[in-house]
Amino acid sequence: MIEFTDVEKSYVEGNVALRGVTMQIEDGEFVFLVGPSGSGKSTIIKLITGELKPTAGAVHVNGYSLERIRKREIPYLRRTVGVVFQDFRLINTKTVHENVAFAMRVIGAKEKEIRDRVPYVLELVGLESKGKRHPGELSGGERQRLAIARALVNNPSTIIADEPTGNLDPALSFEIMALLQEINRLGTTMLVVTHEKNLVEQFNNRVIAINEGLVISDGMDGYYHYENQ
Amino acid sequence: MKISNFGYLLKEGLRDIFRHGFMSFAAVCVTVACLLIVGSFSCLVYNVNIMVEDLNKTSEILVYVDSELSEAEAKSIGTKINMIDNVLQSVFVSREEALEDFVADHQEEGEAFAGVEATDLRHRFVVTLEDNTLMEQTAQQVEEIPGVAKINAEYELAEGFTTLQRVLQIASVAVIAVLLVVSLLIISNTVKLAMYDRKDEIAIMKMVGATNGFIRLPFVVQGFALGMLGAAIAFGLEWLMYDALIKRLAEVDSLQLFPFVPFQTLLLPMVATFCAAGLFVGIVGSWTSIRKFLDV
Repeated sequence: MIEFTDVEKSYVEGNVALRGVTMQIEDGEFVFLVGPSGSGKSTIIKLITGELKPTAGAVHVNGYSLERIRKREIPYLRRTVGVVFQDFRLINTKTVHENVAFAMRVIGAKEKEIRDRVPYVLELVGLESKGKRHPGELSGGERQRLAIARALVNNPSTIIADEPTGNLDPALSFEIMALLQEINRLGTTMLVVTHEKNLVEQFNNRVIAINEGLVISDGMDGYYHYENQ
Repeated sequence: MKISNFGYLLKEGLRDIFRHGFMSFAAVCVTVACLLIVGSFSCLVYNVNIMVEDLNKTSEILVYVDSELSEAEAKSIGTKINMIDNVLQSVFVSREEALEDFVADHQEEGEAFAGVEATDLRHRFVVTLEDNTLMEQTAQQVEEIPGVAKINAEYELAEGFTTLQRVLQIASVAVIAVLLVVSLLIISNTVKLAMYDRKDEIAIMKMVGATNGFIRLPFVVQGFALGMLGAAIAFGLEWLMYDALIKRLAEVDSLQLFPFVPFQTLLLPMVATFCAAGLFVGIVGSWTSIRKFLDV
């Protein structure tokens, strides 16, 4: 579960990113987070992954209190949150299989677990036949699938996708969103940051709209409120 | 960290040396260059120190005994001299032996000293000290012994040797420290470049929840291996260069006064110094340079 209570965040240089955000995302939910550039979306993601600490208020993510979290606990928090980025962030020198296995290895998984889990996750995202390819040999959609596989492989309870379709054409964007929806059906909480109105409308999920560091609407018709503020 | 991961991390660290071949080559070259300078300077200081110590041992105090004392009475003063703390040894020289030495030393002057007789000279002791820095105090103690007539000591010479030795020690510590810091900075920057090359990989590791220890270990293994390789190469080169230099010096007659110790004498301290310096610059260099990249 992700819970923000009156969260404020100011940066050292004086910029105020969040001005009292309160929201709650239950386990197993699929939520879109929408808002213009500079509205505070990235700050929310950084707070969830422990990159930042709130200036005021409380942030709870999967049992961790982010305002009190110790540095050495942050890796363990991150193992509960998979992150997918717009620019994929893959290791181009490793194969598809190695990219996914790498994510397991660096948290200390055993070789047998890696052997069992990686093919399963690659099959889930439709890349089972591309295990030996390198990211450079894949299409944009396949690369994003690979990034999703990597985020998924350690079985996190939450996946955060930051503009996952920003670099893709509409058809591929739909495919990726459908894949995220499918993963959500298997029980993973999904928070998707996006600008794409069509996708938000097509996938009829809860939408949290944020602007100037404040939640301006929250609900199934959140995008409508965001557009008509 | 699980023990099962340790093998993987070791393998990763060693594999990375070859994956980033050019950076590894650069780091080894820098280590070799710095250690060669540190090693050569240490060898030079060690040899000069030994030479100064040898020269220092040659400075003695001459203790002249009262001319009215018989040889037996004069000899008995030796026991009292030997009881003084800083005295290493005292050798009795009778007035007859002193005359023989005098004649031998002044043969070239021919007849000029022909009339000198043993009775014109005094019995004496040649006293060597444990610590020449205390020469003046020791000489005063010897002078207070009844039967001692006169002391002849080169305080300035002894002081000069002591000062020279101290200056060398301070200079060597300072130069070696500066060179080590320079090596550390260069190696740390080289490792930093290697890490910059892999900053995306490190960021991904952080993102999926790798602990700092897990991320750091392959880099430290790499630093350790490169440091040791650099140390081994520098040690071999130092040995070859030192031996070649000694052979050359042995051929020059005017330098026979300055005997250099063979490298075998320096083997253990040099192995220890090179290993310690290689490990230090390798491990500390990689440990400190990765800190910045872990702060994500």
